[in-house]
Amino acid sequence: MPIQNYIWLSIALFSIGVIGVLIRRNAIVIFMCIELMLNAVNLLLVAFSKYHHDASAQIFVFFIMVVAAAEVSVGLAIIVMVYRHTKSVDVNILNRLKN
Amino acid sequence: MNALISTAVFGIFLMISGLFIKSKQAIRILAISGVVAAFVLNIIDFRQYGASATELFHGMLSVTNFGLLFIEIILGCVLVYFLLSGKDLANIGHYTGEYFALIFFILCGVVLAATYGNMLMLFLSIEIMSIPQYILAGSDKHNLKSHEASLKYFLMGAFSTGFLLMGIALLYGATGSFDITTMNLAGRPIDAMALAGIILIAFALAFKVSAAPFHFWTPDVYDGAPTVVTSFISTIVKVGGFVAFIRLFHIAFGSPDVDKHWLLVLSIITAATLIIGNVTAVFQQSVKRMLAYSSISQAGFMLFAVIAMNVLSWQGILLYAAAYSLATIGCFAILMKMKDYTYDGYNGLAQKQPLLALMNTIFLFSLVGIPATAGFLAKYFVLSAAVEKGGLLWLVILAVCCAAISAFYYFRLIWAMYFKAGDCQVEEHAITPAFKSVLALTALLVIILGVWPGLILAWI
Repeated sequence: MPIQNYIWLSIALFSIGVIGVLIRRNAIVIFMCIELMLNAVNLLLVAFSKYHHDASAQIFVFFIMVVAAAEVSVGLAIIVMVYRHTKSVDVNILNRLKN
Repeated sequence: MNALISTAVFGIFLMISGLFIKSKQAIRILAISGVVAAFVLNIIDFRQYGASATELFHGMLSVTNFGLLFIEIILGCVLVYFLLSGKDLANIGHYTGEYFALIFFILCGVVLAATYGNMLMLFLSIEIMSIPQYILAGSDKHNLKSHEASLKYFLMGAFSTGFLLMGIALLYGATGSFDITTMNLAGRPIDAMALAGIILIAFALAFKVSAAPFHFWTPDVYDGAPTVVTSFISTIVKVGGFVAFIRLFHIAFGSPDVDKHWLLVLSIITAATLIIGNVTAVFQQSVKRMLAYSSISQAGFMLFAVIAMNVLSWQGILLYAAAYSLATIGCFAILMKMKDYTYDGYNGLAQKQPLLALMNTIFLFSLVGIPATAGFLAKYFVLSAAVEKGGLLWLVILAVCCAAISAFYYFRLIWAMYFKAGDCQVEEHAITPAFKSVLALTALLVIILGVWPGLILAWI
């Protein structure tokens, strides 16, 4: 399969993630969309790795996975902390900081 | 790489020591001695590396004396920060050991940012700097504003990481390498994929250093986070982001036939950062929020070092890192002693605490860029770097106008302290002679750097 197909697929997944972050209001869903963005990158890196006959991109993917896991553990803890106070995970409450 | 190892080991050590040592005072002294140890170890390292890059760990790190000097400046600023605000940091909540441990982990990320030689290390350094910040921003667990700051920071930070990674992946697709020195974009027509990669990385890094139009999270996060944490993330971490920015764009994308593609984009980002940061800061009523916008506008000046790309800009970013960090840490240290964070809360400070008012004036002078302070020379270096580069004169003129606007909101604070009668509320018991003497030394350092920049620049 030509490399272009992988690139378009990754860009499509990445765009879905970006649009999701921008239009959804639920913190958990936003978080899932960010994960989608990261996984689109993972897919692209693996495709390029095969294309360039170079394994370093696959190592990079493992690092992205590990860092994403670390980010999930911190992020979910923050979301739980907010939920305990407000009983909601709606990011519209963030607008209270503005003034 | 003593600095990398010592900060990482000390972070883990402090995290565990939080279990056994209950005294906040002991943990604070332990942390201060840790920074001093890292500072000394880094000086020992300094002699081994020269101006040309030394590759370590199979090219993952490329160490130069610029990087080590930058780390030295950062460690010095953290030492000042611990001495001035360490008590406030220890008193955010119950987990004193963890707060200091997180600071050390961020330092580890800053060390990586100053020495990375590979895109993988760039990504890791940005993440190691960011993730502890999300926790620190939310460390005041009884304050809803702190929670909101933490959540907002986390979501925006993770979002921008996605862009950074997409940029790195596209650049890898175009060049087949993650190494910033052998990426070799020059000498052939640049394709759309590489260009998209460069622009995405630029946007993501602009996000991390809070340059407009990616600055919208900054005021809310800086305002909501505990003041002692804001003091840290608006100085150390921001200049750490800048050193990652400047190294990537100078080393990997710096050749003349590559930089013509991104120079205009970054120039527009710089102009927008200067205008938005300065104009919005004028309308703030809270000093904490004003300092948040001031950090955006100072980021605009530091961006000059990124777009100028010559020797002056490397010197400029070193001076700017020191001048901006010291002055802002000092301003925040005084802010933390005030009970009311509005401008009116400073009314009559000069009568009540003349030394604090004087020191605050020196710090604010440095932030404006009054001659004989470090801020003036830092601004002079970055702007003259842009003039030497050529073609950026419009941006330099804009920057000088914006510096004039910035005088308004900084001088308003001086006006409140000296010329307005009022009864400001300060936490008298927290203003110890030790605090005052460290503050005076910091102000002295700001002035010394302003008349003798060779203190830093002689080492490069």
